[in-house]
Amino acid sequence: MQAQVPQATVQDGGTATGVGSEKRTSPLRTLTHSSAGRNLGLVLALILLCVVGFATAGDRFGSVDNLMTILRLASVIGVVSIGMTFVITGGGIDLSVGAIVALSSVWATTLATQTVAADTHWIVMVSTAVLVGTGCGVVNGFLVAYGRVVPFIATLAMLASARGLAEIIANRRTQIITVRPFVEFFGGSLFGIPALVIIFALVAVAGWVLLNRTTFGRRTFAVGGNPEAARLAGVKVHRHTAMLYALVGFCCGIAAIMLMARTTTGSSTHGMLYELDAIAAVVIGGTLLSGGRGTIGGTVLGVLIFTTLSNVFTLNNLSISAQSVAKGLIIVVAVLMQQRFANRGSVP
Amino acid sequence: MTDESVTGTPLLTMHDIVKTFPGVRALDGVDLEVRQGEVHCLLGQNGAGKSTLIKVLSGAHQPDEGEIRWEGTSVELGAPSTAIDLGIATIYQELDLVDGLTVAENLYLGHELSRGGFLRAGEARRHTREILERLGHGEIRAGTEVGRLSPAGKQIVSMARALSRDARLIVMDEPSAVLDQGEVANLFRVIGDLSRSGVAVIYISHRLEEIKQVGDRVTVLKDGRTVATGLEAKDTPTRELIRLMTGRSIEYVFPDRGERRSEQPVVLDVESLSLAGAFTDLSFQVRAGEIVGLAGLVGAGRSEILETVYGARKSTSGTVRVDGRRLRPGAVHAAVAAGVGLAPEERKSQGLLLDEAVYRNVTVSSLTRFARIGFLSHDAEREAAREITEALDVRPTGVDRAVRTLSGGNQQKVVLARWLLRDCRVLLLDEPTRGVDVGARSEIYSLVRSLADRGVAVVVVSSEVEEVLGLADQVLVVREGAIVHRGPAQDIDEHQVLDLVMAGTTA
Repeated sequence: MQAQVPQATVQDGGTATGVGSEKRTSPLRTLTHSSAGRNLGLVLALILLCVVGFATAGDRFGSVDNLMTILRLASVIGVVSIGMTFVITGGGIDLSVGAIVALSSVWATTLATQTVAADTHWIVMVSTAVLVGTGCGVVNGFLVAYGRVVPFIATLAMLASARGLAEIIANRRTQIITVRPFVEFFGGSLFGIPALVIIFALVAVAGWVLLNRTTFGRRTFAVGGNPEAARLAGVKVHRHTAMLYALVGFCCGIAAIMLMARTTTGSSTHGMLYELDAIAAVVIGGTLLSGGRGTIGGTVLGVLIFTTLSNVFTLNNLSISAQSVAKGLIIVVAVLMQQRFANRGSVP
Repeated sequence: MTDESVTGTPLLTMHDIVKTFPGVRALDGVDLEVRQGEVHCLLGQNGAGKSTLIKVLSGAHQPDEGEIRWEGTSVELGAPSTAIDLGIATIYQELDLVDGLTVAENLYLGHELSRGGFLRAGEARRHTREILERLGHGEIRAGTEVGRLSPAGKQIVSMARALSRDARLIVMDEPSAVLDQGEVANLFRVIGDLSRSGVAVIYISHRLEEIKQVGDRVTVLKDGRTVATGLEAKDTPTRELIRLMTGRSIEYVFPDRGERRSEQPVVLDVESLSLAGAFTDLSFQVRAGEIVGLAGLVGAGRSEILETVYGARKSTSGTVRVDGRRLRPGAVHAAVAAGVGLAPEERKSQGLLLDEAVYRNVTVSSLTRFARIGFLSHDAEREAAREITEALDVRPTGVDRAVRTLSGGNQQKVVLARWLLRDCRVLLLDEPTRGVDVGARSEIYSLVRSLADRGVAVVVVSSEVEEVLGLADQVLVVREGAIVHRGPAQDIDEHQVLDLVMAGTTA
């Protein structure tokens, strides 16, 4: 066929320089190149952390109790990070997640403490938290998609105002939850597994299915990868973008419920710096900050790595500050590696 | 404009430059020779390789093969700074000035005048004034913020910047595109002055009439090759230049048209469509099985017409009907739902998800078909995509391969496959063979015709008149946002179309 002639020449050009690059393409490199391989790298990092944990803290690290602690701590930020994975894959960013968690928790606990106190059904709290979270997400979504506000700015504004609103509602006080069924249900465990961990697992599985097996997920990749091409292919890009932010808000609502159960409080200081932790977990998980590529599995591993890291540091009586330094280093290394992969695959 | 410098070694010689990107051979043996102090015009259609050539010359891209000589010595332009140090300055279409800095600061950006780390701002301003005066633009003040200048003013600053670096060759990429007539005259005067002072200029423009005014010699690129070089700008007829730019290096086989289709129902009905600033009161109809071609110069509004019909731009007035139903203006998804498909001009940036698999690109517009309550069946998607890409002979086969790895022609087939899968009623093709290797074009042509034979109404926009005439049943000639001719493709030839297209713009 005529069409093959130019292709043949391209291939020729490839093999001419290919000898050199062939040698560099070791099996390890091709493995780290695939998405499964990237996740494998994260698994190895996690295993390494665990080895360090065992070596330095022994059974205090390896006990079932401690593992459950790690998982419980990972759950809340994990749920937020799943939502964040969607927004970032869709080409956006949400800085307001922590503030939305705080506002949702405060709003839900205010209902529980002020209106009918202990008589409040826990369903009311749960739905309030979810509605408030989703509502904030919808506002973000409308500002970004229809108001054409840059995501960074729109969600920065939400960060400031949602936390401020939370402080006003809570009057800067920590509100203690007295609704026993709520605390018992969400603070309890099933077959020895904390409810929070189960919720995180469910959200992660649902997120994976949504991203990889539904039209919504496919459109997310398309909108993040090339919004113009997606629009011209008939995808309702604005509506989809708005829905992505609503989804994050929804996840923040769930995270707020989980945090309320873990701490039995609602507070305007809940969720401090969650935006940084979530973005960090998503990014080291292999989701491209520029959009178009994202994995739920990577995000879950990213969350686990950060939480395990904190745990190991705490068990060794190292300060929070040292943890922060280590976190920063991990982020930089992960992003540098990501850029290398991205550069290798791109066209000049 | 200079006669004394014609002899001796040329300033710049590029020989047999080849540059390939994955899937496309952007430059395929380009030769270019620029003499000291001449104004050398570079002509070619979009996609002919002009931009890539400039990027090679400015050190932004490294050529795969070929040789670049600067005053007779072979050089390697490994980075933009190397080119600048040699004296090659490039003024890009999107001017690369910093709006927030002053004229003087922009001029010396990257090579600031300083002593011991402290800027010598006074001296920079003085030099800036001198250079601006040399360009005949003493009225531009060195302390003005560049953001407050007109496009023409910015252009002068860009040129001044080139001179501040002692440029001996200035490359100008479509400098007149942003200028009005008076400003263009001034630009030409400045180019003339530069040329007389021994600075060579490579001048790129679509406007053929400008070339006679300003140029000394002309090089024509087509499909990444030099098809003519060293033509005298003053003595070469415009028609000859057009023939060189559009003329086929190979004769293409256009598919048979089949019988007339006037009895077929009208599928696409565009009535009094207007888009502010682009075109007004445009009406045409396309019947089932009919291919309508839009011919016209770049900038005549062809792409805008397609994009407005498609809803990618919101029309100011008028209606678009598909099968009698009116489309909501400015809503692409409504057009897609009504069965309209667009293969956009910029395939890579507008048409494809380059890093995604072929099958995902094919199914993106028909996702709901493969989904049950939102859940996708990947197997069904792959199967449908495989069937359709095999029918279109997309090579190499394999629906899981990233679209980026395909050649231009095969990428175009993927876009067509997307709309074929949707069973679309109307197909809008904007430059369907841009960036498509010569060999694959005939395939695209017969593919388009076979789509029409299935009853699809097709609208084709192309810069290549021969393509429009060979492929279409009906031809509409567009000039300055208005249809100046309509009729069967057989009743008009390339020269007549070119006359219609150029009328008023050439002598």
